[in-house]
Amino acid sequence: MAREFYDEMYDGSGNCRSHYREFARWLAATPAEQLARRRQEADLLFHRAGITFTLYGDEQGTERLIPFDTIPRSIPAREWKTIEQGCIQRVKALNMFLADLYHEQRILKAGIIPAEQVLANDQYQLAMQGLDLHRDLYAHIAGVDLVRDGDGTYYVLEDNLRTPSGVSYMLEDRKMMMRLFPELFAAQRIAPIDHYPSLLLATLKSASAVDDPCVVVLTPGHFNSAYFEHAFLAREMGVELVEGADLFVRDEQVFMRTTAGPRRVDVIYRRLDDAFLDPLAFNPDSMLGVPGLLSAYRAGRVVLANAIGTGVADDKSIYPYVPEMIRFYLDEAPILANVPTWQCRKPAELSHVLAHLPELVVKETQGSGGYGMLVGPTASRAEIEAFRERLKANPAAYIAQPTLSLSTCPTFVEQGVAPRHIDLRPFVLSGRETRLVPGGLTRVALREGSLVVNSSQGGGTKDTWVVED
Amino acid sequence: MLSRTAAALYWMSRYLERAENLARMLDVSYSLSLMPQDGSGDGLDELAMPLQITGTLEDYRNRHGALDAERLLHFFALDGDNPGSIFSCLRAARSNAHVVRGRISADMWENINATWLEMREIASQGLGGYGISAFCEWVKQRSHLYRGAAFGTSLRNDAFRFIRLGTYIERADNSLRLLDSRYEMLGEQAEEGSARDYYQWSALLRALSVFEAFSEIYRGAPDKRQVAELLILREDVPRSLRACLGEAALILASLPGENGRPAQRMAAELEARLRYTGIEEILATGLHAWLSECILHINHLAGAIHSAYLEAA
Repeated sequence: MAREFYDEMYDGSGNCRSHYREFARWLAATPAEQLARRRQEADLLFHRAGITFTLYGDEQGTERLIPFDTIPRSIPAREWKTIEQGCIQRVKALNMFLADLYHEQRILKAGIIPAEQVLANDQYQLAMQGLDLHRDLYAHIAGVDLVRDGDGTYYVLEDNLRTPSGVSYMLEDRKMMMRLFPELFAAQRIAPIDHYPSLLLATLKSASAVDDPCVVVLTPGHFNSAYFEHAFLAREMGVELVEGADLFVRDEQVFMRTTAGPRRVDVIYRRLDDAFLDPLAFNPDSMLGVPGLLSAYRAGRVVLANAIGTGVADDKSIYPYVPEMIRFYLDEAPILANVPTWQCRKPAELSHVLAHLPELVVKETQGSGGYGMLVGPTASRAEIEAFRERLKANPAAYIAQPTLSLSTCPTFVEQGVAPRHIDLRPFVLSGRETRLVPGGLTRVALREGSLVVNSSQGGGTKDTWVVED
Repeated sequence: MLSRTAAALYWMSRYLERAENLARMLDVSYSLSLMPQDGSGDGLDELAMPLQITGTLEDYRNRHGALDAERLLHFFALDGDNPGSIFSCLRAARSNAHVVRGRISADMWENINATWLEMREIASQGLGGYGISAFCEWVKQRSHLYRGAAFGTSLRNDAFRFIRLGTYIERADNSLRLLDSRYEMLGEQAEEGSARDYYQWSALLRALSVFEAFSEIYRGAPDKRQVAELLILREDVPRSLRACLGEAALILASLPGENGRPAQRMAAELEARLRYTGIEEILATGLHAWLSECILHINHLAGAIHSAYLEAA
């Protein structure tokens, strides 16, 4: 397969693209020592503020910085318009799919998605069947991962409908860029994003039928890898950051324990997986959840954002059907393309995958965070053979996709500035209306040639600009 | 405010105050252990005193057997396996602060975090190189710095009230225990006005940073009656029982909610009792008996605070 990369800053003949011109001028005019000094300053500020994440499997539980690159990823406004419309369309269809799935199941009856694909899925929650949610919303907060292939086409790589994270880095990266390089923001019109927390709060409030509902953020605790983000969002929204033990359920109503006595809670922005929410209903060993939460939820006395059971819609085995959902529920043509996907559970597709392993990316249908995947072109022969055995043993647990080339963006590396692969995660908020702040989180694979951008695998982040032409 | 948040703030400041008071205990015992002793002359009884006050002497004997100066000092100051050591208190303070990092000012957090990092450094060196007095001085200074940051940068809200509440409850308890132990060391029939009497009381006053205050108020050599009056009843001495309870009662009265009533009442009753008691009445009861009862009352007050605010509903 020919590996041609789309570069965000330079076109095929090496000319700077128009939306990067202002930045390129500035970069050329700024002395290298000054840039290096500002980069050091950024590291220091991130460290001091404790903007860190914890790595699982690291015995020390060390807090690490996510590397921040000072060259922004820039998107022209008209291109953003398409991405925005495409994300809204997609998330609307996914919410309609969830509402349908947990009620009439029209899409299954119409034979568009095989019923066993959904109903036998681990993420399908029987407890949600027949439950009516305010505004029929399931995924109030979604993260849509996008990449660009060699010709610059955007593809949706996956939809994150459970507890997508990373938005705090999006906001902190922007704050840092504005602090380090204010002159860049004076020279051109870059769409602001700092209103995200207030949009999030409005979204969470509109998810409840209660007037001026009490909203909280539920975290698994300060040992969680994304604790910084939970604390950050709670602080920015001005709501309480609670742990399971701070909440209790009495008469199917959720309360938090405060110094002034019990206080009613109406909306829980939970950053805790379904399985840990309620030890009475799900995992009985969970020390993180709230006993009785599900009964309060089913009685309609509290809103969970996102709803229970959204995982069935962002499962990689359901992913291939999203374009069909858009046609089925919205009667529209999909704006954003899916990556062509082979479903290994189908024997014909499995044999194709097995024959082309060195060219493909193979993923677990329920994996995330870049764990448990094979990137054919960069894997050793032994790794491929080991994966082949796992694949044959349980084909239904895998899907395969062609290795996308992923666009590149100039990035500061030890040797100077070099292209590195990036992706994009816009955050889609669904409440009274469905909206996004312009841009999203850009992750960058800092190792040369690497296509894995996850922070747990050594990825970094960049500020993401939507620039008016 | 969430009860868990209030609990973390309260314990953060209790542990810091405790670390400071432990350093004060260590300071007085160490300086007295260097004095010529009447008995065995090795000063070990004196060095074991801080362990006795904190109820960790038995734990020490189980682990280390006979009293030994170096081991005693290490156990009390630097031993991470001894939950009552200064090291463990600073660790606990830091871990509570970590939980409420978003609710305290950056200055406070950085101060507590830096103290803990330095504490680990000192522990890896050992006290020998650092010096006992220098160490005690260091702990006190870090505590002063923390308090300065708290007063200079905190928003005056419930968080600040729980931070101060923790300080005063811990300090009230610790001051009483220190007084009680010094008194016990002298014995009931101690000869008033002896040299030993003088050194015991003045070491205590210096350790509690009230030597100058004492001289200004009483203008003479310290004795039992005056020292007890100073540390129990003087409203103007910041480490006295009366001062601590006065502050605690005021803070409790200003907290919202009705579930705090038992704690508010207890604090007000204790405060009123001190306000209308003279030192003669206390001595007539017997100082040790009176102090023991009072320590128990403070314990009950701490329990009431816990059930009202820190583990509510």
